[in-house]
Amino acid sequence: MTDQGDRWTAEQVLDLAPDDASRKAGGRLGGAGPWLQIGGSASGSVWGLCKGSGSKPYRTVVDLTGPAYKCSCPSRKFPCKHALGLLLLWSAEGVGEPGEAPEWAAQWLADRAAKAARPQGGRAAPVDEEGARKRAERRAARVGAGVTELEQRLADLLRGGLAGQEQAGYAGWEETAARMVDAQAPGLAGRVRELGTIPSCGPGWPARMLEEAALLHLLDRAWLGVAGLPEELAATVRSRVGLPASGEGEALRDRWLVLAQYDAVSPDGRLTTRRIWLRGLAGGRPALVLDFGPPGRPPGLALPVGLVLEAEMRFRPGSAGLRADLGERFAAAAPCAEVPAGVSTGAALEAYGAALRQDPWLESWPVVLGPVVPIPGELGWQLADAEGTCALPVPLTGGGGRSRGGLWQLAALSGGGPVTVFGECGHRGFTPLTAWQPDSTEPVALS
Amino acid sequence: MDKGDEGYGEWEELVAAALLGTERRRGGGPAGSPEALLDAAAVHAVRRRAGLRPAEAGPRPEPAPRDPRPAPPEAAGRRLAQLLAGRSGPVNGGGRRGTAPDLTELLPQWLAAAARHGYRSPAALVPALLDAARARTDLRPQALALAGTRGLWLARMNPDWRFALRGGSGGAGELPEVTDRVAVERLWQEGLFAERVALLGAVRAHDATAAPRLLTTTWATERAEDRLMFLDSLRVGLSEGDEPFLEAALGDRSRNVRATAAELLSALPASALAGRMAERALACVGPEGVTPPAECDAGMLRDGVVKRPPAGRGERAWWLGQLVEAAPLSCWRERFGGLGPAEIVALPVAAGDGWTEELHAAWCRAAVRQRDAPWSRALLGPASAPPAAGPGTASLAERAKLLETLPHAERAEWVAEFIRAHGLSEAFQLLGVCVVPWAGALGRAVVDALDTARDVGSYPWSFSGVMGLAERCLDPAEADRLEALTTAAEDLPDAAPGAAAYWAEAFQRLVSTLRLRATMLAELTPA
Repeated sequence: MTDQGDRWTAEQVLDLAPDDASRKAGGRLGGAGPWLQIGGSASGSVWGLCKGSGSKPYRTVVDLTGPAYKCSCPSRKFPCKHALGLLLLWSAEGVGEPGEAPEWAAQWLADRAAKAARPQGGRAAPVDEEGARKRAERRAARVGAGVTELEQRLADLLRGGLAGQEQAGYAGWEETAARMVDAQAPGLAGRVRELGTIPSCGPGWPARMLEEAALLHLLDRAWLGVAGLPEELAATVRSRVGLPASGEGEALRDRWLVLAQYDAVSPDGRLTTRRIWLRGLAGGRPALVLDFGPPGRPPGLALPVGLVLEAEMRFRPGSAGLRADLGERFAAAAPCAEVPAGVSTGAALEAYGAALRQDPWLESWPVVLGPVVPIPGELGWQLADAEGTCALPVPLTGGGGRSRGGLWQLAALSGGGPVTVFGECGHRGFTPLTAWQPDSTEPVALS
Repeated sequence: MDKGDEGYGEWEELVAAALLGTERRRGGGPAGSPEALLDAAAVHAVRRRAGLRPAEAGPRPEPAPRDPRPAPPEAAGRRLAQLLAGRSGPVNGGGRRGTAPDLTELLPQWLAAAARHGYRSPAALVPALLDAARARTDLRPQALALAGTRGLWLARMNPDWRFALRGGSGGAGELPEVTDRVAVERLWQEGLFAERVALLGAVRAHDATAAPRLLTTTWATERAEDRLMFLDSLRVGLSEGDEPFLEAALGDRSRNVRATAAELLSALPASALAGRMAERALACVGPEGVTPPAECDAGMLRDGVVKRPPAGRGERAWWLGQLVEAAPLSCWRERFGGLGPAEIVALPVAAGDGWTEELHAAWCRAAVRQRDAPWSRALLGPASAPPAAGPGTASLAERAKLLETLPHAERAEWVAEFIRAHGLSEAFQLLGVCVVPWAGALGRAVVDALDTARDVGSYPWSFSGVMGLAERCLDPAEADRLEALTTAAEDLPDAAPGAAAYWAEAFQRLVSTLRLRATMLAELTPA
C-alpha cells in the first residue's frame, strides 16, 4: 500500500465528481475552513468531520484504494460534495501524519478490508449446466431469427435504393431496432439505430450508409456462420451482436496508467456509459473498462486520468482484446511520473488497421500520438506529425459528441508546437482525449 | 485521409448502384443481387478502413511567441483551475449562502496576486481564462494580462475571443516601439480606435509632450465622440505639458469636448484656466461674505461654465458652484488672511444668506478634482461627528470620494473611527474605497461592529453586504482571532427566528474564506 504522500491532483479529484454542481460544491469545501478532525491512514484512507448548517458535523471517509466513499450526509450522489471537498483538501495540503482512524471511520474501513480479503467469484450456487445450455440455445435461436429478419430488411433497402432514405425518415429503422431488442440482440439494435440517423448527416451520406449497411450485413453473415469461425473471431461476433461474454478471459497483472475517462449519455438519456482507457506500463497492452450509470446517476467506477493502479485486469474474449474488467488491486493509485511514448500518424492508422483484422467492426483504436502539432481550421482540425507532412483529421464530433472546448485546450497547450496526445484513432480520424504539455508529466484531460 | 487508391472507382460504382437500387439497375453492373452488392461493399469498407493513410497536413499555425514569465507554482495553478471552474456563480443565487466560501469572488484576488508575482497562466487554462474574460468585463484586463501572448495567439484563431485583440491593455506586444516614429505615425493614422488609445497611452508614458503633438496631427478630422474619448484618456497622468493642447480644445465645436477640456485644466492648479477661474471665484467669495456672479459672460462660457442650471437650482448659485469648483484651492489661504483649510471651512461665511452649503459642496468637488488631501481632511471633519453635522457634505458617496485623496493609512483610520461611532449600516460605500487587505484597526472595527450587531439581535441578512466585503477584504491573518465568533449562540428572545444560526454560519463562511485566501496567497509565493 502506498502511504497518502502520493497525493492526487485537484483535477484528478474533480474528475470523480458525478456532475458539475457537485464539482462546484466540492470545490467550496476544499479548504480547511469547515473541516475538523481530518486525518489519514498509512493504508490509503482519509477522513474528516465537516461542519454543515446543522448542529452535527457530517462524517466523511474515503478509501483511496477504491476509491470508495462514505458520508453521513443525506446526499444520494457519489462521491458527495463532502467527500470531494475532503479529497481536495487532502490533494492541496495533505492531512498530516498517518494515524489511527476514529471509531466511526474505522468500522467502515474494516468492513471494506474484510470484504476485499474474501475470495472473489466463489458463488456457492450449483451450476445448472443443462439448464444454461438450453437457455443459450433458445437465445441463439431468437437472435438467429432476428438476424434473418435484418438481412431481409437490408436486402429490401438495397433493392429499392438508398435514394429514398432521405425522405423515408427514421421511424422505420427505429421499428427494426425494436425488433432486434425483442430478438435479444442489443448490439444489432444499436447499429440499426445508427444506420437510421445517417441520411440526415449531410453530404456524403449515401457512401456512409452503404458502408454501415455492409458492415451490418457482414455481422449478420458472421453470426449465421459463427460455428465455423475461429474462437476469437466468434467471440467478437457474439459480443458485437450483444450477447454476454461467455467465460472469463485472461487475467493480466500490470501497472495500469489511466489515459482517459469520459461519459456518454444514450440518446434517450436513460443510460450513462463511462469509458475508461488504460494502458499497461510494462506490457503496453491497452484496455477499455466500461461502467454504466442508471438514469440521473453517474457510473460508480471513477479512475482519474494520470493515476497508475497496480491491478489485475481481466480481458474479455473477442473485440480485439480491448474490453476488460478491473480485477483485484494491489495498491492505492498513484500519479504517473512519465509521459507515454507516442507514435506517428502513419503508425497510428496502421495500429487501427491491424486491429481490424481481429474485429472488422472496430470504430477506433486507442493510440498515444506524438509529437504532433494541432492545426485549428475553420473546416476542421488536424493533428500533424511534428516532422514530415502527414496529418490526421479530428472528427467534428467524435467520442460521444465531445465539445470543441477540449480542442482549444489542446491548441493552448501546444502553442503551435509539438505535444503528445492520447485519443481514439479510427476511420473518422483521431479524437484527442488527453494531452501532455511539452515540459510536464502531468496529463491534461481535454474537456 | 485518402481512400485506398486501388478500387476507388469501383467503390463509387457500388455507391451509385446502392443509391439507385438493384431492382432498377439493368445489365447486372458490378453486383447483381442486393446480397452481392452488400458483400462487395463490406469487403471494400473493411479494406478501406484497414488501408487508411494519413492526409496531407494543412498550413501549421505560427508558433506562439514565448512568454518569458514563470508559470505559477503547481498548487496555485490548480487553485486557478478550481476558481475558473466555479466561476459560473453561486449555486443558489440570492438565497442563503451557506458556510463555504464563494469562489467566484476570489478569482479577482487570485488574478491580482498573480499579477504582482508576474506569472503567466498555465497553458491549459488559457481557454478558460479567455472565456472568463469574455463573460466578465471586470476581470478582463487582469485575465488577459495573465493569459499573455499565448492568449492573444489563441484569440487570433477563435472568433469568440476577438475581444482580446481589441482590448487596450491586452494588446501587449501588439504596439510598435514608441521610438519608431514611422510605425507610430502609421498606427495612429490607420489603427482601430482602441489601438490608437493604447498607442497614445504608450507614447505619453514615454514622452509627455509627444502625445499632444500626435493628437494635433489628426484632431480636426476626428469625430466628436472620439475627441471626447481621447481627451478623457489624458486624465491619467495629466500634466502641465498637456495644457496648451487643452487650452486650444476650449474652443472646440463640441460642447462636451469643451467642458471636458475645462475640467481637466481646472485639475491643473497652475494652468491659465485655473488662474482665470480663481480670479472669478475670489471676486465672489471672501471673509466679508458671498456675492455670486450676476451673469455668465462669454469668458466664463469659453472656460467651460455651463449657463443653464438643472431644474430646481438658481442660476447664480449654479454659476458660483462651477467657479469655486474649478478654482485652485490654494487661492483661498490668502483670501482668508492666511487661514488653513480647516479654519476656512469652519468660518460661518455668509451663513445668513444660505450660501455655505453651496460653497462647501463646491470645495468638496474641487478637493476631489485636485486630489487635495488637506482640504479633503478639513471637509470630512472628524469621523466621529454625526454625518449630518460634517462640515463638507453629508453624502456618503461624496465622502468616499474625499477619502480617496487621503493616504491609505489615514483613510482606513478615518473609516474605522466612523464605524466605531456610527456602526456599519452606513459604512458600506466608505469601506469600498479602503485598500485591501484592510488595515488592522479597520478590520477590527468592522468585526467588532458585526459582533455587536449580532449581540443586539439585528437581522443578519441586513449585513450580508458588509459580510461579503469582509470576506474579500479582511486581512487573512485575522482568521484565527475570528474563530471564536463561529459558534452558534442561542437565539435571543427578541431576535429574528434563526438569526443566531445564520450569524454563526456567516462567521463560519468568513473564517473559511479568510483561510482559503491565506492558502491561496501562500500557494502563489514562489517556492
